[in-house]
Amino acid sequence: MRRLTWFNTTALTLGFAFLYLPMLILIIYSFNESKLVTVWAGFSTKWYGELLQNEAFLSAAWVTLKVAVISSTFATVLGTMGALVLVRGGRFMGRTLFSGMIYAPLVMPEVITGLSLLLLFIGIGLDRGVFTIVLAHTTFSMCYVSVVVSSRLVSFDRSLEEAALDLGCSPMQAFRLVTLPIIAPAVISGWLLAFTLSLDDLVIASFTAGPSATTLPMKIWSSVRLGVSPEINALSTIMIGIVAIGVISASLVTKRASLRQQAEERAAVQA
Amino acid sequence: MGQTEFAPWNDPEAKPLIQFKNVTKRFGDFVAIDNQSFDIYAQEFFALLGPSGCGKTTLMRMLGGFETPTEGTILLNGQDIAPIPPNKRAVNMMFQSYALFPHLNIWENIAFGLKRDRMPKDQIDARVAEMLKLTRLEKFAKRKPHQCSGGQRQRVALARSLAKAPKLLLLDEPLGALDAKLRQDTQFELMDIQEKTGTTFVIVTHDQEEAMTVASRVAVMDHGRIIQADTPADIYEMPKSVYVADFIGDVTIISGTATASGDGYDITFAEGQPTLHAKSDQPFDKGQACHLAIRPEKVSITAEKPADATNALQGKILDIAYLGNLSTYHVELPNGQIVKSQTANTRRLSRRSFTWEDDVWLSWTDTAGVLLKE
Repeated sequence: MRRLTWFNTTALTLGFAFLYLPMLILIIYSFNESKLVTVWAGFSTKWYGELLQNEAFLSAAWVTLKVAVISSTFATVLGTMGALVLVRGGRFMGRTLFSGMIYAPLVMPEVITGLSLLLLFIGIGLDRGVFTIVLAHTTFSMCYVSVVVSSRLVSFDRSLEEAALDLGCSPMQAFRLVTLPIIAPAVISGWLLAFTLSLDDLVIASFTAGPSATTLPMKIWSSVRLGVSPEINALSTIMIGIVAIGVISASLVTKRASLRQQAEERAAVQA
Repeated sequence: MGQTEFAPWNDPEAKPLIQFKNVTKRFGDFVAIDNQSFDIYAQEFFALLGPSGCGKTTLMRMLGGFETPTEGTILLNGQDIAPIPPNKRAVNMMFQSYALFPHLNIWENIAFGLKRDRMPKDQIDARVAEMLKLTRLEKFAKRKPHQCSGGQRQRVALARSLAKAPKLLLLDEPLGALDAKLRQDTQFELMDIQEKTGTTFVIVTHDQEEAMTVASRVAVMDHGRIIQADTPADIYEMPKSVYVADFIGDVTIISGTATASGDGYDITFAEGQPTLHAKSDQPFDKGQACHLAIRPEKVSITAEKPADATNALQGKILDIAYLGNLSTYHVELPNGQIVKSQTANTRRLSRRSFTWEDDVWLSWTDTAGVLLKE
């Protein structure tokens, strides 16, 4: 183990402070007794209780969850299909154009994506609501899924699929029975990525949501404009908690799986 | 031997299992297979041997259904297989990377093809058990591929490809990933299994020793063509070209001109050197260029000039390759030509009779070498 020098310790402290101090302050003030955000008046959990009574926040949370689950599922299906075509399609006409257009939303400013979708929805007379947010989120998160899945497919041994065909699978069966189970981790992390992106998107949702549907980030943003309330702090703390638990458990699962695999491979070598 | 020799390729009545008829395969401008016609017979162990890029893998992938010929037809039991997709062919393949399904255990890997055929459960159980027994994997049925060693994985791949009892099994460099010792054991195991199951095997390899060991016939390939397809003994003893002679085993090639003399030909190869004499099945015109290919183990090395040798040349030992059981001497003739001679080391090293720079005599009979035109 390398020992930390004073320089390393300082750099580490400053770096982490820069990243996490704001969140730490937010979490501390969510337990503030006082209604004033900047004045500490003792520990209390009352804002968490009030949050649960707040109908507007709860319905916004429900909309967000619905949008995130549906849009990330659509994005995963479409993104995986896109990745398959890109990696497995060989050299077809317009391949460069196709891959460019799949990946373009990655670098497209969200304001422009949101605005153009808004114009489209108005143009074709589609009532804005949950459905339009789902469409918009599917559009922009699909490319992230494609990136994750295609990077897995590139390292995928093609002869596995050929072996499946050779043993009597139709191409569909080969995909379902061999390819999909093997790339499943990439597909799942693509889904999680799309889910997270949809969960915290503010810009595109603001453009494409109608008066009937408000997502949680939109709700938080609009209430903050009237002044930061301790309720928002409490809500944000809950969101940080959920995300942290998700990330930590995901990495624990992956780490344990890889440790187990290493142990088994060692056992195989010795056997 | 009471057994009749297995040689259907010499029997004009025998019906081939596979027929290649003027098959050409092009990838863009590159000609991978150049207008090839040949037959493979049932129960053969047919080896495709050649350097990488010679087209041997392409030939095999055409049999598996992963490539289609650009021109020509491939017949399996007299039926054109070009329109049949890989999943409908009575042909199975063992992949170079083994291509075991990592998410399935050994039992499930072997049962995979049987389940696709909707075979009843009890029959699948019986067949998988039989395959596990054949490949001595009974103890590993519940393991995942990554929990197995290289040799075990190789056997799983073999068991999986044999499970459906194919008419034809294709093996793509099946032993490439194994170390030398395991390779040898596995080669004999492979021959044993081939004999037991009576399946026709086509093997692709770049290892000539492996091809010679396992195959009933070896096809030496180069640049998309089969140069010669014969039994291992014929390929070794009676190569039809310098390329084949040079590709298989160790050989000395002496180039010169032929003149008919007695019951064979005299070969003049260098000024100041005695003419050589060799018998040949092929006719040569007077003064025609020829190449005498002679295997090192057929050249004797002696200190004194042998009295009654047909061919005897004097030279100096340039190099000695000591292989344990054998030693190969590289002897340089006065004109610079190097001739290899191999002797068995029947005595211990300390009593070896020749060393570097020694003047020695090389001799061989008139039937020891093969006289080639190209």
